[in-house]
Amino acid sequence: MERVGIVAFQGDFARHAAVVSSLGALPIEVRTRGDLRLVDRLIIPGGESTTIGMLMEREELITAVRSRMESGMPVFGTCAGMILLADEILESEQPRIGGLAITIRRNAYGRQIESFETVLRAPAISPRPLEAVFIRAPVVEAVNGRAQTLAEYEGHAVIVRQGSVLGAAFHPELTDDPAVHRYFLAL
Amino acid sequence: MNEPLWSQRQQSTWKTKLGLAEMLKGGVIMDVTTVEQAQIAAEAGAQAVMALERVPADIRAQGGVARMSDPGMIAEIQKAVSIPVMAKCRIGHFVEAQILEALGVDFIDESEVLTPADDCYHVDKCRFRVPFVCGCRDLGEALRRIGEGAALIRTKGEAGTGDVVEAVRHLRALRDGIRRLTNLPSEELMNEAKTLGAPYDLVVEVSQTGKLPVPNFSAGGVATPADAALMMQLGAEAVFVGSGVFKSGDPVKRARAIVDAVAHYQDPARLVELSRDLGESMSGIASGGLDQQARLAGRGW
Repeated sequence: MERVGIVAFQGDFARHAAVVSSLGALPIEVRTRGDLRLVDRLIIPGGESTTIGMLMEREELITAVRSRMESGMPVFGTCAGMILLADEILESEQPRIGGLAITIRRNAYGRQIESFETVLRAPAISPRPLEAVFIRAPVVEAVNGRAQTLAEYEGHAVIVRQGSVLGAAFHPELTDDPAVHRYFLAL
Repeated sequence: MNEPLWSQRQQSTWKTKLGLAEMLKGGVIMDVTTVEQAQIAAEAGAQAVMALERVPADIRAQGGVARMSDPGMIAEIQKAVSIPVMAKCRIGHFVEAQILEALGVDFIDESEVLTPADDCYHVDKCRFRVPFVCGCRDLGEALRRIGEGAALIRTKGEAGTGDVVEAVRHLRALRDGIRRLTNLPSEELMNEAKTLGAPYDLVVEVSQTGKLPVPNFSAGGVATPADAALMMQLGAEAVFVGSGVFKSGDPVKRARAIVDAVAHYQDPARLVELSRDLGESMSGIASGGLDQQARLAGRGW
């Protein structure tokens, strides 16, 4: 059975675990480097990217995840997780993993009252429209190099893939449609 | 066919409100009174801050009417940190809530720590776009607040005491109430709703799912990393720390230790390290010695 690690310091890691289970894979909470060794692939959940990054750095998980990524471990980040995977975060020196050649701006839609729901088209991922919940979401300002845009909203990339690294600016784990997770599990 | 559950029938904003509450699981929300404290909290790894003029320990000590904080002070803190900023309004004071929403706070705490503005009714939270968190002492109170639109519940504890006993009591009471509902046959649920003083639809949902339809955090009395880990092991999904950090001897160190204790709450070896050499804890007040008047948890209906 595919063992899917979920960084479980903070954020909606339990929601990701539920989706992973529903797809027949085994979710494993990752809080230490020892936990990371047990998993075949990794999800970085939504939450506060500064908090998650800081706690990962304290556990030396940032370098450990980077080196697993170099040897091909697939990684999927949603919202805060996508920020941590971005090579460039505007106006921020926060700890990050990198791996997606994108430039991202945090909280770009404004404060919580600007959070919203919408519907996206992502033909590479699902023939059906994807429900998308954006919460204090980041905006991808630029997609560079080898990164590929798989879905857009109002002219900005909201799902980006680069090799086996996948990022979504919204929260597929908060809806009942597991299409994005299914796509990740096939990477 | 089964009717859709109560939370499946809520309007679209419910998902974004509840979504932010989901994003706050597993972390620490700290009370801060200045920009400097907000920065200390953010650098320690707090996932959100609660901006207020006086921490509960000072409200307790100084007495008088405790109201919503000065919007100017909240705005300064919003500018200083990138994490979500919460603020408190008085129970039932829907105009304070309107002001906080217009200010763009990320969550409003309709809080018993402030002096209640209404001694019968809470704010109708469904009418707001901003999400609310409310306190509870038991399941009935939690479901009344959720029925009014709260997207997040925190057990109350006894704020500003540094004594965790009430936090434990309220969390245990809430979880006992949930467990009890899951064992009741469906024909007993209407009567149970009457006894609890809770909306019937929510009673049905909890009896079917075995959990609240919103996240459940803990508040009121956490002063040490061990206290924070205790609340997490008892089933809280995140922890509010009020006076415990900035009324202690070394707030920088204690803030970080409490954040790390919540992240590693199941690892006693880590808790040893985190509990070491923290300097003085807030001295606190044993909550058993408080008379009824001095208890904040009794506010809310």
